[in-house]
Amino acid sequence: MKCKPCGQPAVIDIPRHRAAFCAECFSAHCREQVRRAISSHRMMGHSERILVAISGGKDSLALWHILVALGYDVDGVYLGLGIGDYSDTSRDYAERFAQSNGLTLHVVDIPAEHGFAIPEAARATKRVPCSACGLSKRHLLNRAALDGGYDVLATGHNLDDEAAVLFGNVLQWQIGYLARQRPVLAATEGFARKVKPLIRMGERETAAYCVVNRIDYLVDECPMAAGNKHLRYKETLNAMEERSPGVKATFYLKFLDEMLPLLDDVAADERALVGVCGRCGAPSSAAVCAFCTLVERVGFAPGLAR
Amino acid sequence: MQVRLHNPKRDVEVGGPLRVTELVKTLGLNRESVLVIRGDSLVTHDETLHDSDVIEIRPVISGG
Repeated sequence: MKCKPCGQPAVIDIPRHRAAFCAECFSAHCREQVRRAISSHRMMGHSERILVAISGGKDSLALWHILVALGYDVDGVYLGLGIGDYSDTSRDYAERFAQSNGLTLHVVDIPAEHGFAIPEAARATKRVPCSACGLSKRHLLNRAALDGGYDVLATGHNLDDEAAVLFGNVLQWQIGYLARQRPVLAATEGFARKVKPLIRMGERETAAYCVVNRIDYLVDECPMAAGNKHLRYKETLNAMEERSPGVKATFYLKFLDEMLPLLDDVAADERALVGVCGRCGAPSSAAVCAFCTLVERVGFAPGLAR
Repeated sequence: MQVRLHNPKRDVEVGGPLRVTELVKTLGLNRESVLVIRGDSLVTHDETLHDSDVIEIRPVISGG
């Protein structure tokens, strides 16, 4: 195959774009996809301070690399989840990337700073691990952005992530979740603005971006995620994508264009219900936020508190 | 050719010459879910792989 823009030998083909690319043109293509996402959804400006959530995996490191290449002022934040060797290794990848690129990485270690690890939290709250992890990440990343005085919190959610979440929400007609599934969540009292600049890139593309740019990332999957619903939805969508290239992008991007505007009132009603957590002051629709409830339950679970 | 697979990590021998598309299909994988890397370079699906090649099939799906 030849590179569509320049005619040189290609290293990757992207069936949904009906195109193949050499390494150099592919990197430019990825940066253009991110630039378009940022621009069309007015995610952020070059004068703003951005904090990007870094896991040590392909998506977050590719995002950090691309945002720097596009000229943004970006620092990283890594959350230590306390998932044994997996957490130690992922932190190494995040720190090595920051160091080799001269970038600032903040580290928040949940076991050291909050007294629990994600596996313990999942057991104590009887949640699946990804649920305990997700709510902890949302709370602590938001806090890191606010405490650090950042204008924007950027995450590495890619097209496949968003399509899989959308698929799950549609299967159960979770109207409230659908109304909140936006590439930009505006800043409100107690919430930093949150943006997802990778929504136009599939995860095969973020992984390929890392390979061609020699970005060393943690390939292994989180051991807690094995068999989760999200992965099953991705497999289903990829089975459709293989037969009908472009179906995932159409599903998600058409949702943004055609469906989300119809849900604006639902999103506004939900925002009106948000109050303040009585313990930590974070925004919450309950008297005590989900994170403080989780911390409390871990503390009261015999043998789990540290 | 020697083919390295992940989850779990293991090496298998597959006879060549073989196109990337055929290798992925032979291994029961979806082309959307993996990258095929020869040495340290990506290869496209129409590329032909040979017995002397060292190949990594790298999964790209993450569940977080």
